[in-house]
Amino acid sequence: MKLDVNGMAREIDVPGDTPLLWVLRDVLGCTGVKFGCGMALCGACTVHIDGRAVRSCTLPISAVGSQKVTTIEGLSADGSHPVQQAWAALDVVQCGYCQSGQIMSAAALLAENPQPSDADIDAALAGNLCRCGTYQRIREAVHDAASRMKRGAR
Amino acid sequence: MTAISRRDFLRTSILSSVGLVIAFHVPVKARAAAPTHAKPPPPPNAFVRVAPDGSVTVLLAHSEMGQGIWTTLAMLIADELECDWSQVRVEHALAAPVYAHTVMGMQMTGGSTTTWSEFDRYRTVGAMARDMLVRAAAQRWKVAPERLRTERGWVIDGKRRLSYGELAAVAERLPAPQRVKLKPATDWKIIGKPTHRLDSPEKITGKARFGMDVAFPGLRTALVARAPVFGAKVRSFDATEAKGRPGVEQVVQVPSGVAVVARDFWSARNGRDALHVEWDLGPGAAIDTDSMLARYRELARRPGTVVETRGDCDAALAQAKRRIEAEFAVPYLAHATMEPMNCTVRIDGDRCEIWTGTQFQTNDQAAAAKIAGVPVDRVIVHTMFLGGGFGRRATPQSDFVSEAAHVARAAEVPVKVVWTREDDMRGGYYRPLFVHRIEAGLGDDGLPVAWKHTIVGQSILAGTPFEAMVKNGVDATSVEGVVDSPYLEAVRARHVSLHSPRNEVPVLWWRSVGNTHTAFAMESMIDEIAHAVGQDPLQFRAAMLKRKQRHLHALEIAAEQAGWGSRPPEGRARGLAVHESFGSIIAEVAEVSVDDRKRIHVHRVTCAVDCGLAVNPLGIEAQVQGAVAFGLGATLHSEITLKEGRVQQGNFHEYEVLRLDEMPEVSVHVIESKAKMGGIGEPATAPVSAAVANAVFALTGQRLRSLPLRLT
Repeated sequence: MKLDVNGMAREIDVPGDTPLLWVLRDVLGCTGVKFGCGMALCGACTVHIDGRAVRSCTLPISAVGSQKVTTIEGLSADGSHPVQQAWAALDVVQCGYCQSGQIMSAAALLAENPQPSDADIDAALAGNLCRCGTYQRIREAVHDAASRMKRGAR
Repeated sequence: MTAISRRDFLRTSILSSVGLVIAFHVPVKARAAAPTHAKPPPPPNAFVRVAPDGSVTVLLAHSEMGQGIWTTLAMLIADELECDWSQVRVEHALAAPVYAHTVMGMQMTGGSTTTWSEFDRYRTVGAMARDMLVRAAAQRWKVAPERLRTERGWVIDGKRRLSYGELAAVAERLPAPQRVKLKPATDWKIIGKPTHRLDSPEKITGKARFGMDVAFPGLRTALVARAPVFGAKVRSFDATEAKGRPGVEQVVQVPSGVAVVARDFWSARNGRDALHVEWDLGPGAAIDTDSMLARYRELARRPGTVVETRGDCDAALAQAKRRIEAEFAVPYLAHATMEPMNCTVRIDGDRCEIWTGTQFQTNDQAAAAKIAGVPVDRVIVHTMFLGGGFGRRATPQSDFVSEAAHVARAAEVPVKVVWTREDDMRGGYYRPLFVHRIEAGLGDDGLPVAWKHTIVGQSILAGTPFEAMVKNGVDATSVEGVVDSPYLEAVRARHVSLHSPRNEVPVLWWRSVGNTHTAFAMESMIDEIAHAVGQDPLQFRAAMLKRKQRHLHALEIAAEQAGWGSRPPEGRARGLAVHESFGSIIAEVAEVSVDDRKRIHVHRVTCAVDCGLAVNPLGIEAQVQGAVAFGLGATLHSEITLKEGRVQQGNFHEYEVLRLDEMPEVSVHVIESKAKMGGIGEPATAPVSAAVANAVFALTGQRLRSLPLRLT
């Protein structure tokens, strides 16, 4: 089976029902993608598939096909994506376990909606749980990332 | 790594039975007397390394689980060392006696103690390293060290300068100073300044390594089929089908159940699904939280073990002008850390290596040594980043580490035992279910003159290796926040008693421990009395706390910042609470509304914080916001229930926690305080349930006395 992950063609040999999450983590070593619930309830495993935010823990590998998979490792080479920069500037992370998923959800939101309102952010990120309670700074960082992207686009 | 002798470990273990008392019930007075200054200076190279390239590596004796000590402890060293902050790196130290908690005597993280307990040691280490670098430069230049100064990683003598990197190799060979003078606060350059987290770069790029991310050639993944009810034992199992699943290599029995060892997670999970286990259920199968709650309510009407008594409480109640009675109840709660439990163990001859996110290295090391049959100093504990802790990763039983060691021993391969979310949620170690019954007698002025308080709930320490810490039948973690309540101090006749029923459900400390329920009971009751006597909740508290300047001040600041006394926006009301725990005082004002489906919405929480010296204000703000969110999850949603011994919740659709769309605007006002430094990881969780319940009462007239809050 072939898989396009972070712009690289990867050849894998696993049962077709294996969730994308476990292929990424156990086979391809993309451990930035996290296991939190296994039922698409917490968002820790969020990746982009053709640019859309998708929960990889319930997506069988057989359903991925030739679509492009992007993980936190592929969002930027060095943490320079505006969302990552905003996250660092606002000191969002605490334990950090959910943050790959939060960042991937936020990046997908901003790609689609460059100036989201608080309500847009709530709708897009309510499925990404954080037990440390970093939500307030996440909200601020999404707005901050939006203005970084606007400045960058000028 | 630093060598660990068995004797050192034993000494540490003996000390610890005293130390840990201080750890978890946190009597501020005992802490103040802790002899942190009398000890010999720590070996600086165990805590900080200056490399020839100029980098400064800080070794953490404690675990980073989100609370920000990765940054805070580095700040302490860097301020004294006067190094270049951009050159500071941080690592978790391996488990070793030298890293024992300065007060508790074991290497562990908990009780919101890290920053204050390391404040002297980490600064001292920084000052010692600086002293050695200065002397190295003095040798090179053949001048007196006193004439040299340091700045941002340089030793400077007039116009000439040497970098710390250039001096590191020479400095390392110099004898460590026996005494160093620490900077006065007026000279601090980093301490007290809002400082960004040093672990952001790795945590925003997915590079940070948690226990779950451990990987090396030959490592297998195991899932364990655990007892369906607490205390059940394996009667028999049939692994034929499981072994036939692709990738499954072994099925082994361990004390906690049956482990399926496979090449990866998904194979192990499929294998476990195909495993058939017969269990001897035992008495745990009868546990039902509805009947437990009813029984606790009955018990609460009978006097328990006396915790504290003063005056003739019954007589004072009988004579009181007015009596108010109320019962408060809180459920079992899971920690539900985002990273489910996991632990990697490799046993290799007489050596055992562990990789895990733990809050309790010393305990885990000893537990693994026994199971692996190796000396303690041959157990190497690598602390990984913790994907949340909240107390769950500090079990006196070392549950998840012990189990992984058993699996590794039985399977004779290196294994990572991974818990699924359901395993984690149903695996016990909950905040215990508690009931409080309070009878208050009021005097002519409306203030309480008698206070009879009965607490019912499992002891966290009973039945654990730390049972000796239960004194005269009282586990301090069950009553903290009541016995030391400033309100009770103001009541002439009072009687506090405790019932500690036992059952099979494993219980544990959960962010802010006993204060999670005691603050809810105390602050709801005080509010109830204030309303009953027709007084403003703020004024009533002020009258009771008139000798408690710190509490009063925090209340005033929170009230002022929240606009207490002004009209809240249409459809909203405010409630307040103040509580001291872990040496810090936090007052919170919650502003709530209720929608037409009777759901409670929390819009704002205004917090005033007196934690003594604020080492990193940016981190304090994050901890208070996070602790409020953690407490709000339990206030509004979370509940673990059992029927026929089975935990009814398995994943986040059944055990709801706070979500981003419910996050209020939490404003944090840090009070400039000369008080002794307290903790900050936990204290803000404690008052929020009562603040919200009190606001709901103000809005609806319904006094909700059970968590999670549900309007009828």
